[in-house]
Amino acid sequence: MKLTLRVWRQSGPEDKGTMVEYKLDDISPDASFLEMLDVLNEKLIAEGAEPVAFDHDCREGICGMCSLVINGTPHGPERATTTCQLHMRKFRDGEVIDVEPWRARAFPVVKDLVVDRSAFDRIIASGGFITAPTGTAPEAHAVPVPKPDADAAFEAAECIGCGACVAACPNGSAALFLGAKVTHLGLMPQGQPERWDRVVSMLDTHDGEGFGGCTNTGECTVACPKGIPLDVIGRLNRDYLGATAGGKKK
Amino acid sequence: MTWNSFPRQTYRREVAIAIPAIYRSTVGKKAVMAVTGGILVLYLVAHMVGNLKIFLGAEEFNHYAHWLRTIGEPAVPRRTVLTLIEVVLGVSVVLHMWSAVSLGKRAAHARPVKYQSKKKSHAQGYAVHTMRYGGIIIAFYIVWHLLDLTFFVVNPKGSDATPYERMVADFDASRWYVTVWYVAALLLVGLHLRHGIWSAFQTLGLRTPRKERALRALANTVAGLVTLGFVSVPLSITFGWVS
Amino acid sequence: MTDGFYKSGEPIADTKAPGGPIEDRWTTRKFEAKQINPANKRKKKIIIIGTGLAGGSAGATLGEAGYHVQQFCFQDSPRRAHSIAAQGGINAAKNYRNDGDSVHRLFYETVKGGDFRSRESNVRRLAEISTQIIDQCVAQGVPFAREYGGLLDNRSFGGTQVSRTFYARGQTGQQLLLGAYQALMRQVDAGNVELYPRHEMLDLIMEDGRARGVVVRNLITGEIKHYTADAVVLASGGYGNVYFLSTNAMGSNVTASWRAHRHGALFANPCYTQIHPTCIPVSGDHQSKLTLMSESLRNDGRVWVPKKGGDTRRPADIPESERDYYLERIYPSFGNLVPRDIASRAAKNVCDEGRGVGPGGLGVYLDFADAIERLGRDKVEAKYGNLFQMYERITGENPYDTPMRIYPAVHYTMGGLWVDYDLQSNVPGLFVIGEANFSDHGANRLGASALMQGLADGYFVLPNTVNDYIARNALPPVDPEAVAAAEERVTSRIERLLAVDGDRTVDSFHRELGHIMWEYCGMERTEEGLRKALELIPALRAEFWERVKVTGKGEELNQQLEKAGRVADFLELGELMVVDALHRSESCGGHFRAESQDEDGEAKRDDANFAYVAAWEWAGEGGQPVLHKEALDFEYVKPTQRSYK
Repeated sequence: MKLTLRVWRQSGPEDKGTMVEYKLDDISPDASFLEMLDVLNEKLIAEGAEPVAFDHDCREGICGMCSLVINGTPHGPERATTTCQLHMRKFRDGEVIDVEPWRARAFPVVKDLVVDRSAFDRIIASGGFITAPTGTAPEAHAVPVPKPDADAAFEAAECIGCGACVAACPNGSAALFLGAKVTHLGLMPQGQPERWDRVVSMLDTHDGEGFGGCTNTGECTVACPKGIPLDVIGRLNRDYLGATAGGKKK
Repeated sequence: MTWNSFPRQTYRREVAIAIPAIYRSTVGKKAVMAVTGGILVLYLVAHMVGNLKIFLGAEEFNHYAHWLRTIGEPAVPRRTVLTLIEVVLGVSVVLHMWSAVSLGKRAAHARPVKYQSKKKSHAQGYAVHTMRYGGIIIAFYIVWHLLDLTFFVVNPKGSDATPYERMVADFDASRWYVTVWYVAALLLVGLHLRHGIWSAFQTLGLRTPRKERALRALANTVAGLVTLGFVSVPLSITFGWVS
Repeated sequence: MTDGFYKSGEPIADTKAPGGPIEDRWTTRKFEAKQINPANKRKKKIIIIGTGLAGGSAGATLGEAGYHVQQFCFQDSPRRAHSIAAQGGINAAKNYRNDGDSVHRLFYETVKGGDFRSRESNVRRLAEISTQIIDQCVAQGVPFAREYGGLLDNRSFGGTQVSRTFYARGQTGQQLLLGAYQALMRQVDAGNVELYPRHEMLDLIMEDGRARGVVVRNLITGEIKHYTADAVVLASGGYGNVYFLSTNAMGSNVTASWRAHRHGALFANPCYTQIHPTCIPVSGDHQSKLTLMSESLRNDGRVWVPKKGGDTRRPADIPESERDYYLERIYPSFGNLVPRDIASRAAKNVCDEGRGVGPGGLGVYLDFADAIERLGRDKVEAKYGNLFQMYERITGENPYDTPMRIYPAVHYTMGGLWVDYDLQSNVPGLFVIGEANFSDHGANRLGASALMQGLADGYFVLPNTVNDYIARNALPPVDPEAVAAAEERVTSRIERLLAVDGDRTVDSFHRELGHIMWEYCGMERTEEGLRKALELIPALRAEFWERVKVTGKGEELNQQLEKAGRVADFLELGELMVVDALHRSESCGGHFRAESQDEDGEAKRDDANFAYVAAWEWAGEGGQPVLHKEALDFEYVKPTQRSYK
């Protein structure tokens, strides 16, 4: 395949950055999108140019490290697929492909296509856990969990923390990420004692990090490579309002 | 630059004068929009039903308009209930818009650098994307509407005419552009409701996957009926079915 | 018998495991270990490298216990460690199925599955702790699969006859890691753990033979910084990426372990490599990594190749009579469910005969046609839908219509830094946990045991042993000269890498090394091949230092530089793996020597000569590694030959 890439190049956080065009011939349709970028980088290095920096690690769609807004869509055109699992056969021969980093104030660009997503870690640190010091746990079967709850909790817990929801949201909101964790832990009996504190504290951090507010546009769930449903935001809202207006947070 | 040294709070908080903490949060703001939006929808339905009385003739319509001002008499003075309604509506509109503006400002702040590639929308429908600018147009429309039929500033007839006369004069065929403006604005109101009603339930955490279809149907029905009910009046007048 | 490629050294022994009945040893050790007053723990600093299941759980637990923890990972978040990609499940001897499982059975099966090359005391402790892990994870809210009654579901997994595997759909590793990550982040928020993501450890600070800290590179700014502590814990994972193509993450590397090895930490059993039979085959030169398909596919899929070589017909056009269901033919009683090493080698054999399918002839069919006919498409979809989808995404072929193509790939490395019962290496103050150590899996790891070991080490073992070392060693502040020396080593190495400024990319070297390793130190190893590799690798290493091209500077985000440092270490490790494989002229578990097989072509162990751990000492660049043997005694599980016929 022949391709024209327009890639965001930015040498560092202070640099203004710009789109730079590259031509590639002879890309295998069986290559993944990131392998195509590997080929570009090999070519750039051979020419003595600076390779494109991008985040990636497991390349099997689970670590959440790869990002990239491809032709205006986070993780590219294929639904429920991370960039690393996207293959070039999904593109046309001769296609012009735009590649940009996630865009959000809370995800500042570090270099080229690499952004800093530590805001997500801080959201989790502020309450996205169940307090269970090692060794204190009761026997695993002490508390049965209804299967539908366990399954729904699992679905929410599938979130890989990639940030595509933020990249896709016109408001730059991380409500889907936040809602996924609030839903996962809020559905488990073990998560009940901290349920109301958790949601207030996590939303507080979310807002403080500079993410926008959710306005129910639904772009996030479509961009989500794991298909986390909008229901998790509904539950986030319900729990938050219950905790605050409903007075459940003591 | 280590993880620990990142600032914990990067977003400028609004001055907390008399704003409860819940309202300062993004979810709280949206909840305020949902609740005030709900009040406005209920009002719109009542308003629309009242408007339809025009098809029953001038007397019925004028009588209805008179009744609105005298509800509760003689227990309470004239216009008490109407004023109360107006106050609630006024506060709702202000809060609704304040939340919208505040969330809009947040959104602009949250993405300082835009995408170069044209952002493709994949979700939901057209209605979602008309919420913000549609809302602004609706706000202008409300101002016009008040100047027109509440304060009679832009109405061809004055305060000495009956409500029915004012309506008929307003949407006279010669003033087709007013009708067009009303209909366009009302279509936007319909779109606004179509997403807004569904969105309000989601915002308040009342939407579940099982209720999704029913909720969409409710939103579409209410939006459709309200729009149809409202546009039927100016159109009927313009086309001479009501005179 | 040094044979010109290694030297023999003194034997070593684990001095920490207490004697006595095996079921009491862990309790005894915990009791004997010296404790630290809770108030004093705050003054004790522990450095942890890595945030996977082992590192993450250790950081959370040690932080909670009150130590001052500093934790580093090269990824942008602790949640990205490659433990996240583990699919199948985690074993625990809960006996919830009432099917005769017990701690002893898990212990027995793990020792046997490891082909009698692991230490009994360690494995027994692992089996014992396994039940606590499940309790701990459930308490953290890990959404394990459950039955309609609300209790935990179990399934059986390769190499065992009981159902003891707990799972969360095909993402057990993800869910367990997120549990540990969340617990860790709670400690970060509480100020007990200082977290340094996007930091890579590049050297160890040594003083008086002890590990006293690390030198790290901030991967964003390129800044080189040092951190000192009372103890250093490596939880930096395995080294499968030495093969270039593996199921490991792109960033997985041996650098932390290798830097420690160069300071005297012994590297044990480096040649034990697990090769997983069901991976998606290589599609072309662009290939950067391999993707594992869950082993569960072999429950319903039938493995076959055409009977005659060079058959390029479409699979559907090959009649039943011209297909060779070779696993069913050779292993009638286990059929398609033979253990990983056996399935992998059989696939290699048929491909070597020229009967492989797909591009390059490196693949075999995994056919679901029979299963679809027997169970119906819906049932097959319910069971394997996700995997089929993933396969189609990667290959563009629909496995409902045409058989999958699979091929073995490097998946896990059983070898690692040598540790004693306390998980301390022979370098005092240096602890090694998780896949980075060698301790529990012997020559072959059973399915669903990696997660168990990582969490056992981090949640329960290390937090009960590291205190003994710290309590017994009141250490003075680190000598600034030792720190300066370590920093100097790091900066001069970076300068050296940048100064080469040659004409070959880092990846091209890595690819070539991987090719050598896979060819000569892969699924089947021969003396001839290994000796050849022993010539090729040093030559490639020399070429690397003459011709590698690293773009950019040291003082910035420079992914080429990161890669170059890792590949440089792989180039040294690869040689040691070959030395280990060459010296061990028996076949066992993940190490198959063609010279040591029975008349049916099955692996033949040589217990008389090789019932030991091979722990290698670094002998300087160009020096011959020194072998220290740790004899393995089997008091409770008597070695037998594995047979799956």
